[in-house]
Amino acid sequence: MAGYDRLIFELSSPGREAYSLPEADVPAWDPRAELPASFLRAEAPALPEVSEFDVVRHYSRLSRMNYGVDTHFYPLGSCTMKYNPRLNEDAARLAGFARLHPQAPEALAQGALALMHELGAMLGEIAGMDAVSLQPAAGAQGELAGVLMIRAYHEARGEKRTKVLVPDSAHGTNPASTALAGYTVVEVKSLPNGEVDVDALSRAVGPDVAAFMITVPNTLGMFEPRIVEITELCHAKGVQVYMDGANLNAILGITRPGDLGFDVCHFNLHKTFTTPHGGGGPGAGPVGVRAHLEPFLPVPVVVRAGERYALDWKRPQSIGKLQAFWGNFGMLVRAYAYIRTMGADGLRSVADNAILNANYVMKRLERAYDVAVPGPCMHECVLSARRQKKLGVTATDIAKRLLDLGFYAPSTYFPLIVEEALMIEPTETEAKETLDQFCDAMLQIAREAESNPAPIHDAPVTTPVRRLDQTKAARDPDLRWTRRP
Amino acid sequence: MASRYIANTPREQREMLGVLGASSLEDLLVKIPPKARLARPLALPPALDETALIRHLQALAGRNADADASACFLGAGAYDHYVPSPIGHLVARGEFLTAYTPYQPEASQGTLRSIYEWQTMIAELTGMDVANASLYDGASSLAEAALMAHAATGRGEVVLSRGVNPLYRRVTATYCDGPGLRLREAPAPEGVTDLAAARKLVGPRTAALVVQTPNFYGCLEDVAAAAELAHAAGALLVVVADPVNLGVLEAPGRLGADIVVGEGQGLGVPMSFGGPSLGVFAATQALVRRMPGRLVGATVDRDGARGFVLTLQTREQHIRRARATSNICTNVALCALMGTIYLAILGRQGLVRVGELSAAKAHYAAERLTRVPGVSLRFQAPFLKEFTLRLPKAPERVAARLAKQGILAGVPLKTLDRALADCLLVAVTERRTREEIDRFADALGKAVA
Repeated sequence: MAGYDRLIFELSSPGREAYSLPEADVPAWDPRAELPASFLRAEAPALPEVSEFDVVRHYSRLSRMNYGVDTHFYPLGSCTMKYNPRLNEDAARLAGFARLHPQAPEALAQGALALMHELGAMLGEIAGMDAVSLQPAAGAQGELAGVLMIRAYHEARGEKRTKVLVPDSAHGTNPASTALAGYTVVEVKSLPNGEVDVDALSRAVGPDVAAFMITVPNTLGMFEPRIVEITELCHAKGVQVYMDGANLNAILGITRPGDLGFDVCHFNLHKTFTTPHGGGGPGAGPVGVRAHLEPFLPVPVVVRAGERYALDWKRPQSIGKLQAFWGNFGMLVRAYAYIRTMGADGLRSVADNAILNANYVMKRLERAYDVAVPGPCMHECVLSARRQKKLGVTATDIAKRLLDLGFYAPSTYFPLIVEEALMIEPTETEAKETLDQFCDAMLQIAREAESNPAPIHDAPVTTPVRRLDQTKAARDPDLRWTRRP
Repeated sequence: MASRYIANTPREQREMLGVLGASSLEDLLVKIPPKARLARPLALPPALDETALIRHLQALAGRNADADASACFLGAGAYDHYVPSPIGHLVARGEFLTAYTPYQPEASQGTLRSIYEWQTMIAELTGMDVANASLYDGASSLAEAALMAHAATGRGEVVLSRGVNPLYRRVTATYCDGPGLRLREAPAPEGVTDLAAARKLVGPRTAALVVQTPNFYGCLEDVAAAAELAHAAGALLVVVADPVNLGVLEAPGRLGADIVVGEGQGLGVPMSFGGPSLGVFAATQALVRRMPGRLVGATVDRDGARGFVLTLQTREQHIRRARATSNICTNVALCALMGTIYLAILGRQGLVRVGELSAAKAHYAAERLTRVPGVSLRFQAPFLKEFTLRLPKAPERVAARLAKQGILAGVPLKTLDRALADCLLVAVTERRTREEIDRFADALGKAVA
């Protein structure tokens, strides 16, 4: 959509209307006559005045300035950009779900509560957890809930622990959520291969440590080989172990966090369970716990008594509430539809094919790029562009060139412990020929870096805009449109 | 086992394994210790084909009293407002629906432009300098506002009016537990914040005073007086407001608010049993570098063309980690897009009309319902689209009885505010008809007789 550079405000023509509202069928009630003038807006808000077709064409055009999973391969590591089934969209849009008010009487919301109860049970089975709260709105809120439950657990036992250990390879939300929960974050250095340094960990765990929080498979795409030893080591010191479930896609049906010894794990329904990313949400971040943490779950908890489902508020040890209502229900419906579509064999096949695809990409690229850790990897692989950087081509440059070659970019500069990181997660839903096209593009870029870097440094040239001036945006923030005189 | 969501055929799998020099998928799992492996299939219900699954989901959906099947007078933070048809079509476009957070701005200008429009619209409606790209919902937005006020003032107490939605107050308490903020409650015995009592609570330790308008009971608050009170003590004023009402009501920013938060669900987002919602967050320029969540800014590209990027990212968790202004990562971009399209469609006059129609119907409903013997308005303060009724019989029972007649009468307040156990909170949007209101009044008359 090159050449389209309008904002909705710039389409405005005074007097145009796009809305359809009923005529008043009740006696007039004029706010100006009934309420103090100081409570009322003096003039109508400066919103656009456009026609319905103006709106439809404008946002259709804007949509074409985006790459989505539907239109482009999205090898964005850690984000599990898989296909978002359309059936799930149909499900969430059923009037009985989409048009249901959260305060509808429980007796008349039994279908919604049954779905939530069933989804909680299925997620519990998938992760080997005893209880699941569906309330957290996204992964970061799931983390906050999980760490708060750990805190409540220690406090209920009369223990005052002040620190949480987080590896230096962790997602940024881990330390941020932990700090928000009132803990001092202690960063634990990983081994060069990204694995937990078990000796360093055993020195770090002690009576002042509340929890150890790790991602499995880790952010280098590797399964932590000593994970059972790690959770045992933590438990021996009274330390709870939290699993960031961002990479759960890799282990579906192969192994379960609960069986590995984890006490808490969250789920990103917008990663593993196919709810669409929507350009940055909404997602959903349910959190699962072992039985000893169940009393601390957020309220309310969906419970079943015989054939009746209800919201249970009487939980005196609960950490409280995370959002006003019961969870991102629309996302829960989609995830439920997905799990019921796949079944146990289907989910296992998801993990198998995600792993196969990632290893295939790593294998095809291992000679042209440095591999952060030798394989086999799990669902994603991390490459380093350190060789290309010596030729003046950075991970960012490679990412921009990929946009011109028809692909979204891998995650770049994450995990932080890998220089010039390119983190590639193909997911199970991509076909071999797409992976081949992507690998061919990556190999082409590696060759260009050596012989003809101009197209890399110029990139992108096929996108609606070229490289953008981030420094100007931050130095001189322009965060809202104003009419130019 | 084949799945329509997985492309690899057994032949292709063998080809790929061949490239890897592996004989089976098992060879790729060598790093997982055998004792950590699940030795059985997951115990899940059997997979369903598309026809069987949609039939099953329709059956579940059919057990819910949705706002198409019933006349919905429920509010308390979620409202049955008009959702213009184009919204659902536009947000279903795969380029919006299936895109990620716009980290590669050149390939994400659609999302970035729409968020910039959203920020502009919310800044205009709230009367604030800047708005962010969205937070999860109104309640977590309030919690983030309390934390931001704490960080900005260095003070450790927040005073919340009892007029603030009790569920929002609970969420705020959860978020403020870790940082150890002390939350205090200002009473609202007559339906609006008792400002004289609030004045005694707001002092040199107060980071912020929080009021909601219209508040949880539906009553309009005197925001200007609350602002004066907060500012006199060096505290910030946080206002919780429903943006749908801000076509009619004065922008809180012009009344002295430092932070405005709210639930944007009414802006074209399905009620969807309470989520996903749309957290609105706006603040003064002075607070911009302490704001939670994403911000989109305008800039230029290499050729000088206008473009948009995520900006001021050093506030955020992926850069600042444990010292970030918030832990939020994924927010609700697609819901913010619904809100943006809604505000584009309603426009300058439409939003005013929604406010006026809702208010007219709410006042007609209040007049009709209070004609039922024993039924009265619990508070005398002015209201807009929502009001608190006192009933002569237990509101839960009345609501249950009316629900069977296709009328979702309101939210019984017993579990939310024990002092109002005899009360029902009734919301009336522009979608309710005179016929539905009359039917509600007649049924209420029979139910309490």
